Amino acid sequence: MSIDLKTVKHISKLSRISLDEQKAQKLETDLNSIFKWIEQLNELKTENIEPLSSIAETKLRLRKDEIKSKNIREEILKNSPDDNKDFFVVPKVVE
Amino acid sequence: MSNIIDLSLSELVSNIKNKKLSSYDVTSEYVERSKKSKNLNTYIEETFDAALKKAKEFDTKPDLNKKLPGIPMAIKDLFCTKNVKTTASSKILNNFIPTYESTVTQNLWNDGAILLGKLNCDEFAMGSSNETSYFGNVISPIDKDLVPGGSSGGSASALAAKLTPATIGTDTGGSIRQPASFTGTVGLKPTYGSCSRYGIVAFASSLDQAGPMTRNVNDAALLLEVMSSFDNKDSTSVDFKRPMYSKDLSKDIKGKKIGIPKEYRVDGMSEEIEKLWENGKNYLKDCGAEIIDVSLPHTKFALPTYYIVAPAEASSNLARYDGVKYGFRTKGNNLIDMYEKTRSAGFGDEVKRRIMIGTYVLSSGYYDAYYLKAQKVRRLIKNDFNNIFQKVDAILTPSTPSSAFKIGDKSNDPVSMYLNDIFTVPVNLAGLPGISIPAGLDKKGYPLGLQIIGKSFDEQNILNIAYSMEDKINFKFNLKEWWIND
Repeated sequence: MSIDLKTVKHISKLSRISLDEQKAQKLETDLNSIFKWIEQLNELKTENIEPLSSIAETKLRLRKDEIKSKNIREEILKNSPDDNKDFFVVPKVVE
Repeated sequence: MSNIIDLSLSELVSNIKNKKLSSYDVTSEYVERSKKSKNLNTYIEETFDAALKKAKEFDTKPDLNKKLPGIPMAIKDLFCTKNVKTTASSKILNNFIPTYESTVTQNLWNDGAILLGKLNCDEFAMGSSNETSYFGNVISPIDKDLVPGGSSGGSASALAAKLTPATIGTDTGGSIRQPASFTGTVGLKPTYGSCSRYGIVAFASSLDQAGPMTRNVNDAALLLEVMSSFDNKDSTSVDFKRPMYSKDLSKDIKGKKIGIPKEYRVDGMSEEIEKLWENGKNYLKDCGAEIIDVSLPHTKFALPTYYIVAPAEASSNLARYDGVKYGFRTKGNNLIDMYEKTRSAGFGDEVKRRIMIGTYVLSSGYYDAYYLKAQKVRRLIKNDFNNIFQKVDAILTPSTPSSAFKIGDKSNDPVSMYLNDIFTVPVNLAGLPGISIPAGLDKKGYPLGLQIIGKSFDEQNILNIAYSMEDKINFKFNLKEWWIND
């Protein structure tokens, strides 16, 4: 199965990464060579195999829902790209 | 006494404990040497002044019961350090100053260690040669044209060049063991769940583990002892009784059964690697271990499986870098445009490539064919290991299919770069511990490593085997200090 330029652009949209034409073409080549190599997995029959999603395979621990850190708002907001001591500011989303 | 920088971590600890050296003596030596070694491009952030100050503070009231009393240490820039810039070698995190400390680094500081600085690595730990960093290539101290391996390339290079007495890295598909092998040092990837992932910039959460990188096996045991802890802040941290790895280190491996997997004899493997492996077997026999031929039939499927699972997890983990919370933003016409421009400008090519692979294999219509398929094959790979660990105590393999390569040699061909991790990736997929130790030199005079793979949580056993082999191998490697700038 090959990945065409249209698919590359669709994936870039889903990934929220803008691409210029040149980068998109380069990625088309790269992704095709990578997926051609990945296709060898199809040699294996896996119908009755249980998928392995985590090596730990233990149940997640439960804990009380408690606040453990106090008054860290200012600290956290320090990493905001826009200077604003109250909020993380984003471009307008509602007209 | 020999030069301070020539002492191993364990030797430094005992000299400080015996009051033959102060923390300031040691820290100032490493600071001076690091300042003269900028040609290697190992440091992203230097905290030398703070380190010297802390060393002085330590010396005024030294707590000599600590395991790393006043020991300076530079660490991979993938560990979040409170109030010290943490970039994961990415432009997108170039303004990010964490408000919290990773558990593993906190364990180091709690036991007396002092931060020297943050070390370069592949961007978001994605790479095998340290050529994907936003801050430029790391240079191997072995040769100015040579890669140190990756992704913990800055750690390996700084360790081999003696800019830090020991260091820590992270390993998702070989990122500790491969650079250790390339630089003639020791690197250990612990069992998944041994070291907390809290505060480590996430790449592939079901594979990532932090581990020690050191000059010898004894140092690795000591550092692992400090790093490994049960942590409530990591939902996959495992609560088990952690041994005193360095105290319990032993060269008695008589009667241990060591498996040699035939599938690791890959096409085109050089005679040098064959010979290295053969020598390894003989050393083990000399130590009284028994060599057993075994089979891991799904080995060849490990890399393609990894290149579905790891990018899938990475595409999810890296979704958080959206230009809002981590300091870097490129302006856009609207919210979506801002996201797309920020991520396009902030991520490098290899990271974009992996996010795209991950997004694709998780996307509607392809999930079953790729992601689910890979998870099933991952089960088969894990079962292979379960089966042979009924018969053997550990496995011996080469660490890498070749010695270090030249900068630029593989950077245009992703698949040939990925093939570098052929012997290390299966260990991550199965969550097992693995250690690489230097075992010889190739024709060019570059180091080669052997890997010992153990059962889950059996780090003590692979450390003991490595410790016995280290003695027999007696690896000697003298670097010409071409990079020092006085």
